[in-house]
Amino acid sequence: MSNEKVIQVEGLTKMFGDFTAVNDITFEVNKGEIFGFLGANGAGKTTAMKMLIGISKPTSGKAKVAGFDVFKHAEDIKKNIGYMSQKFALYDDLTVKENITFFGGIYGLPRKRIKEKSNVLIEELGLEQVANKLVGSLPLGWKQKLSFSVSLLHDPKIVFLDEPTGGVDPITRRQFWEMIYKAANNGTTVFVTTHYMDEAEYCDRVSIMVNGKIEALDTPKKLKEQFKVANMNDVFLKLARG
Amino acid sequence: MKTILYIIQKEFKQIFRNKGMLPIIFILPLLQLVILSNAATFEVKNIKFGYIDNDRTSTSRALVEKFNASTYFDVLTDFPSEALASSEMLKGKVDIILEIPHYFERDLQKEKHNNLGITINAIDGAAAGVENVYVTQVIQHFNQHLKVDLVQVSDQQVQPITIETIPLFWYNKTLNYKTFMVPGILVLLVTMITLFLSGMNIVREKEIGTLEQINVTPIKKSQFIIGKLFPFWVIGMGLLTVGLLLARLIFNVPMIGSLSLMYLYTSIYILVILGIGLFISNFTDTQQQAMFIAWFFKVIFILMSGLFTPIESMPKWAQIFTEFNPIKYFVEVMRMVMLKGSGFTDILPQLLKTLLYAVVMNGLAVWSYKKTN
Repeated sequence: MSNEKVIQVEGLTKMFGDFTAVNDITFEVNKGEIFGFLGANGAGKTTAMKMLIGISKPTSGKAKVAGFDVFKHAEDIKKNIGYMSQKFALYDDLTVKENITFFGGIYGLPRKRIKEKSNVLIEELGLEQVANKLVGSLPLGWKQKLSFSVSLLHDPKIVFLDEPTGGVDPITRRQFWEMIYKAANNGTTVFVTTHYMDEAEYCDRVSIMVNGKIEALDTPKKLKEQFKVANMNDVFLKLARG
Repeated sequence: MKTILYIIQKEFKQIFRNKGMLPIIFILPLLQLVILSNAATFEVKNIKFGYIDNDRTSTSRALVEKFNASTYFDVLTDFPSEALASSEMLKGKVDIILEIPHYFERDLQKEKHNNLGITINAIDGAAAGVENVYVTQVIQHFNQHLKVDLVQVSDQQVQPITIETIPLFWYNKTLNYKTFMVPGILVLLVTMITLFLSGMNIVREKEIGTLEQINVTPIKKSQFIIGKLFPFWVIGMGLLTVGLLLARLIFNVPMIGSLSLMYLYTSIYILVILGIGLFISNFTDTQQQAMFIAWFFKVIFILMSGLFTPIESMPKWAQIFTEFNPIKYFVEVMRMVMLKGSGFTDILPQLLKTLLYAVVMNGLAVWSYKKTN
């Protein structure tokens, strides 16, 4: 982990009419870090993330992702990031291989490279048997792993994961986090939201959002010390309850 | 450019993999062409004809016989009373009632005036109008012959000079309504399929969440839209081809003009429809909304296209409105080229207007498609 900042956010705010979904948040994320972005349902996590990946315009504030301004250069940000949404967003009516080829093509990867990548990827995920099956027929856990791999296809600097392990069994969750670690070791910054507090423990640093504001931001260890509790679950409960 | 190819490849795979959509795209329209072209006729036939003969003479019987001889009338019954005839009309069992008055023959011979009573069921005003013309023609014809028959005794009579008009029907000599309708219905099919497919396609990706995934990629808006719409453009042209073949083979509709001109025009026309479809899907969140809006425009466009009712007889404001109706131009061009053999310069006004329409609609569609909200 270096001190290079890949995400710099200052006073970022998003309003929907009178409602302030994200209220003046400020934080930085280092290169190669696994940054946990926690909060209760409706706390504003997804909204904040959408501003950082350039599909939602902030109302005010500043933010730079991968060195590009979210207001002016949203399209440049998109070249440098991967994103996996809460909702499974690969094409159910395309096969595993076709999905990989399609997204590789969209990111402008050369055909040869797409072929290599998809072979490596399918092997790593152990999907050889189902490579030519429609994605819609796969179990959720496999889909999520595939989805994560596809978001890393173009070797992005940062990958944004929005509740990647929702509804997934404990074994798959474990494997998923191994994949996250592997990506981080390769120098990819991981920005992840989750509801599972045991997963929060795996992060290098964690921020906790309550009602649109970041109420705590530190390593899991320091947060536990600060709130004088034994685990992240209690940290979260203390904060979220006010 | 390469990016566009990836999208096109993906779209075609999805279209041909969707077993529910394939017959809707390819078989239903052609069934519609065959069924509608045979059924949607303006001719009024099999008119249910009833009469009340109060005279009961050879003249009155001869008049009824005239109707019987016509292929347009099914002479049903001789009603004993007017009341009974009215109640039958109320039930819908008879369309026209002819009432022949008492002393019909006697009055005619004395060259007195006499009035025949005609009652027409005019719930369908257009059909009633046509029926009225038929009836009048039959009676006039009968009247002429009768005059000759009755007057020939006095040879001093000066024969009235009658002016007869002999109409010549150009471009559709036999007034075959199929020749007129088939090109129009072909227009509907090409329009309907391309409008619905393009209107529902992008909104479908919105619904299933894949559009968001596309929006976080660095793909350019124009690349995405071209890649998305191109397959539907191909399908539209394919439908035109099959439709033209059917028109020739089944309905024997002539193709007098240039086929390549027809394709040139259609290729631009489909762009207009795709632009409209895309525009709709940019402003809707669900396929259901998109479908309703597409229907709304489609019904207005069809009814005001001159396909079923002539534009010339619409009120002024409506005629101005039809200037913005792409289907109107397509119907005009299709009929002009197929039936009249119009050339490039003849359809140039329609071609230019359609081109302008295509540029405006697609411009709006690309503009309103937002990768960032």
